[in-house]
Amino acid sequence: MMRGTRPKNIRRWTSAVMTTATAVCALVAVTVLVIILGYIAWQGISSINLQFLIDTPKPVGEGGGIGNAILGTLILLGLGSVMGLPLGIAGGIYLSEFGDNWFGRTVRFVTDTLTGVPSIVIGIFVYTLIVLRMKQFSTIAGGVALALIMIPIVMRTTEEMIRLVPTSLREGALALGAPQWRVTMGVVLPAASSGIATGCMLAIARVSGETAPLLFTAFGSRFFNWHLDEPMASLTVQIYNYAISPYDEWHAQAWAATLVLMTLILAINITVRFFTRKRF
Amino acid sequence: MEQHRLLDRELNNLRDRLLLLGGATETALERTILALVERNSTTAREVLDGDSQIDRLEVEIDRLCIDVIALRQPAARDLRFVISVAKITPILERIADHACNIARATLDLNDEPELKTYVDLPDMGKHALSMLHAALDAFTSGDAARARQVIDRDDEIDETYNRLFHDLINMMVNEPGTVARATRLLLIAKHIERIADYVTDICELTVYMAEAAFIKHSK
Amino acid sequence: MEMSIAVERRREAEESLAEASASKIKIRALNFFYGRTQALYNIVMDIPERVVMAFIGPSGCGKSTLLRTLNRMNDTIHGTRVEGRVEIDGRDIYAPDTDVVELRRKVGMVFQKSNPFPKSIFDNVAYGLRINRLTESKAELQERVEEALTDAALWPEVKDRLKSSALGLSGGQQQRLCIARALAVKPEVLLMDEPASALDPIATQKIEELVVELKKQYTIVIVTHNMQQAARVSDRTAFFWLGKLIEVNTTERMFTNPDEKLTEDYITGRFG
Repeated sequence: MMRGTRPKNIRRWTSAVMTTATAVCALVAVTVLVIILGYIAWQGISSINLQFLIDTPKPVGEGGGIGNAILGTLILLGLGSVMGLPLGIAGGIYLSEFGDNWFGRTVRFVTDTLTGVPSIVIGIFVYTLIVLRMKQFSTIAGGVALALIMIPIVMRTTEEMIRLVPTSLREGALALGAPQWRVTMGVVLPAASSGIATGCMLAIARVSGETAPLLFTAFGSRFFNWHLDEPMASLTVQIYNYAISPYDEWHAQAWAATLVLMTLILAINITVRFFTRKRF
Repeated sequence: MEQHRLLDRELNNLRDRLLLLGGATETALERTILALVERNSTTAREVLDGDSQIDRLEVEIDRLCIDVIALRQPAARDLRFVISVAKITPILERIADHACNIARATLDLNDEPELKTYVDLPDMGKHALSMLHAALDAFTSGDAARARQVIDRDDEIDETYNRLFHDLINMMVNEPGTVARATRLLLIAKHIERIADYVTDICELTVYMAEAAFIKHSK
Repeated sequence: MEMSIAVERRREAEESLAEASASKIKIRALNFFYGRTQALYNIVMDIPERVVMAFIGPSGCGKSTLLRTLNRMNDTIHGTRVEGRVEIDGRDIYAPDTDVVELRRKVGMVFQKSNPFPKSIFDNVAYGLRINRLTESKAELQERVEEALTDAALWPEVKDRLKSSALGLSGGQQQRLCIARALAVKPEVLLMDEPASALDPIATQKIEELVVELKKQYTIVIVTHNMQQAARVSDRTAFFWLGKLIEVNTTERMFTNPDEKLTEDYITGRFG
């Protein structure tokens, strides 16, 4: 084709420019990320030692650590998961298997809205609902707040993952005379299990970085605490408190705590990868 | 659809080849009868020479049929057509072989003085020839009714053959000197009778092709 | 016109077939709707016991839909509606008191795309037995699984790896596993929806040989868009067009001399 030569060159040129442009954008994004991670590591690593990881906070100049905050974060995450994951998964199953009606559509809409609600609003909500009534900040309130954030995430990922299970698989089970609930529990859920696990882990990773809802609920504590009806320390709140303080030593500890939190989230993400690898 | 145009083209080609073979066979039969009537050895030799072309056509049609079945998997009407062609082809070749045998007998007869009785024989030959012609027409037009008419005409051939048989036997008994020639004439009559039977087979296949009915051995 | 021997013989064979085995499945005046769209029009058909019945026709002609009415698989699709009767062993499967679970145990199904569960080979075959509580002991369960795998001509290939994932099998093996899974609950009718359409020729041939073998024990209805396959495996063939049953006949008659012009056009590839 005669007129093919010029456009062909232009096409080739455009292609090269666009490829370069997108590559540069990707590079910028990755660079920023690496700088943040590197800076946190560089700032935080110097303050980290065993004492720091197991001790409770102490006044300025006396050292101290974030042992209670690590434990608190784990307890809060555990509590949130115990309440949030089963509810979210069950809701997701309902939405995918039976949610093809007005009720399901409403639930889906509300869930999507809830996902977009700022976490501080959730915090205030739980504050009014639980903290004010108990007249005390408490671990349980923190757990509830985290659960409320997790539920919509888990619900929608569960629904999507179950929808991804091919119809042919359900039909195969139905054709063998299996009732609907057995098809869902025995065939569909196992087939979607790795996807659902991913959704759960992502939800946990998401809430492990939350500060705002915990400020209003679990509040924070300077001691190791095992009681669910008392305030509970957490890494994020600890970081927040130390970061806004005027002391350089606390600033350094905030960096170190941030590094610990980051490592925790990394560990969760690695666990996700572990769960999503193909087994069957 | 491209597929069926391709198949149609091959089926048409198959039909053309078969008609070519039919025409060549007809010519061979016509020429051999002419050679017999006119005691013309040259014509008889031409018939013998022409047989190799018929053999070539037979092989070619065989191959085409196998190819169509293997590559196009014809069904229903198409399948019946291909099967009929595949079965008619060797029949035509055998008719041509009989024509050659008649030509050879003619050559032998021409070496000896003429025996005057065999007026019936050319008539029988022409009758068989017209049957073959009608049978090929019926096949070409897929006309089962005409094919059935041709089958009915076979009885006349059989009658003529029986009459000739008796006449020639009588001649041999009465005039022992004619035995060699009369035997040759008897063989020629037998060849023509066989040709008419083969024509009947062609007509039965035409009925099968048109109506998917097996009428062979059903009388 | 002479009555040809072969035609006569064929007719006799058909009559004796009809007498010897009363119809396993009787379909009467069946209409089927997806919402407002009618997919099947007034289908009337008898399927004798222990024969292979093939459904052929162009895409969207309703052959799969009809197949799925035979075990009420269409019930799972919203907005579908059935009119008319489908009788299996004389009982209307659309009667209000029909137990769909029991029906589906009796009428097994194999799908176009092999759909093994993400479980072990053994658990796949055992699934139907377990949910229907058809076995009383572990030994009996193992016995039935082996029997089903043997009937599906898969046992020699998997007997040493029953505990490994079914998804590790090849496409053809997976499809035979699905057949074994269906056979394990001892159905009487086996529905096959284009069971070999995703398989290579060798695997297809294995499935086809299996179908011919299985008809000794089961009534098989197979949907296929491959006419040669219908010709190879079935005893009777039904041709559908635009939701209507155009012709049902013995397979050999269907492929040598169909009664209907439309069927002939479809079979010889002169359609449309």
